[in-house]
Amino acid sequence: MGELRAYAALFGGRLRSATAYRTSFAVELLTNAAGTLVDVVSVFVLYRAAAYVGGFTLDEALLMTGITAFAFVLADLTVGNIDQLETYVRTGRLDAVLVRPLAVLPQLVLADLPLRKLMRLAVGLSVLALALARNDVDWTWARVLLLVTAPISGAVFFGAIFVLSAASAFWWVDSGKLGHGFTYGGRDFTSYPITVYGSWFRTLFAYGLGFGFVSYQPALTLLGRADPLGLPGWTGFLSPLVALVAVAIAAVVWRLGVRHYRSTGS
Amino acid sequence: MNAIGASVPPISPRRPVSASIATFCALIGSGFRRYATYRQATVAGTFTNIVFGFLRCYVLLAVAAGAAGNAPGGYDARQLATFVWVGQGLLNVVGLWGWVDLADRIRTGDIVADLVRPISPVTAYLAADLGRAAHAMLTRVGPPLLVGALFFPLATPTRWQTVPLFAVSVVLAVIGAFACRYLVNATAYWLDDARGPLVFWTLGSGVLAGLYFPLRLLPDWLAVTLWVATPLPGLLQTPLDVLIERDGPALQAGLVGLQAVWAVVMLALAHWVQRRAERRLVVQGG
Repeated sequence: MGELRAYAALFGGRLRSATAYRTSFAVELLTNAAGTLVDVVSVFVLYRAAAYVGGFTLDEALLMTGITAFAFVLADLTVGNIDQLETYVRTGRLDAVLVRPLAVLPQLVLADLPLRKLMRLAVGLSVLALALARNDVDWTWARVLLLVTAPISGAVFFGAIFVLSAASAFWWVDSGKLGHGFTYGGRDFTSYPITVYGSWFRTLFAYGLGFGFVSYQPALTLLGRADPLGLPGWTGFLSPLVALVAVAIAAVVWRLGVRHYRSTGS
Repeated sequence: MNAIGASVPPISPRRPVSASIATFCALIGSGFRRYATYRQATVAGTFTNIVFGFLRCYVLLAVAAGAAGNAPGGYDARQLATFVWVGQGLLNVVGLWGWVDLADRIRTGDIVADLVRPISPVTAYLAADLGRAAHAMLTRVGPPLLVGALFFPLATPTRWQTVPLFAVSVVLAVIGAFACRYLVNATAYWLDDARGPLVFWTLGSGVLAGLYFPLRLLPDWLAVTLWVATPLPGLLQTPLDVLIERDGPALQAGLVGLQAVWAVVMLALAHWVQRRAERRLVVQGG
């Protein structure tokens, strides 16, 4: 209980500091919601020029965008601010986090729980709902289950990617932008049918790093469409497994990183 | 109180012009050197630019493959690839994001050190930003362009005036983007904290400058409105359109002219806002 109270105190402090500048906070809240919207608008704009992109219609692609939007927003809201680790390592502020009798990762996550991103969750969910409304899904129990597990597994997967890319700062201080290639890059990758990408690039991101199982394979299973790239239908259900593997790798790398940390020496 | 002003005395009363130029150039040099020390960040940023280059390029090429005449928005596949890969490098030269120095200095009160210097903050930061842009031009444009050229067929300019026009357009884009960022940061004079406006800028500038998709894919009325009524297409879309020769020679030059008008307007606005802010500024800190 004592630990929970400590986390609550940390969180409360951050909440007060975030809302101290009201106008700025309000603008941030609205802009964040618009941010997720823009990703979806981009999909609409691109489909204005072509009826089929990578062999998929707008509605089909929207289902992938929707699963990704919701999964990414959930991960970004809960662990996304771990990308602040770079600043903690560079300034040596991580020392203060390490000497407290609390786990490092939850402290950092709660240290700046980005409430400004709360509105995004609503947007992410609406995109998914819109996509479902525009597609004629033949509902079975398996598909209902998939609809629940796919976005949540996706969120866990993105969360692991967030932690992994932030942890690179333990070895390489100015690495912030490097991680963006996999976090935001991963989001962009999974927002479109993976058939649009060139073969080696697709193999690397979709199967090597696992991004193909976040939204593409689950969306195919929901739509009842055969994969033009040849994977069987049951691969749509693989996302929880892929997410677990990613979490395991992230946990190991994070621990190695914390042990590797040697402060700034100043 | 009425006697207090924030006017700036000339740097050297005896040789004001050459001294001002020397100061301006020294500040450009300092901006260049500052960014030259962020070597890890340069490498990490370049890697990410390349990843996004692949992502955007493949998506746009897939759109082109499905579009009528294989030319969405009037671009062929080569032009689209060039648009993406040069854009990934140019994005850093223009410096759309990541500049929060001024907002931080206003919030902490450090801005007072800028105000006592014998050079206007707008001019001083512009000089430092030109140095930053020069560094980015040398380090950040080449690698994505090279990778792009290795993996995709790119368009090469056919008109003699394209390259000089592109160079002018890039300089105007840097100045325009600097003025916009300065204005966004300057909201901290009134709000104390500019995080909200900065996030708003990051989002708005990315979409409306043509980073997410070429603005020509939008309905014509919307694209024209953006070009005429906002400085944003001038930050990225215009230099790229000039380079890949999207339009005929007259419109190509006309777009750069429009960009110049907007750069001047935004810079003047930044100066005006700075003067207004100085009159009401209460320095933070203790």
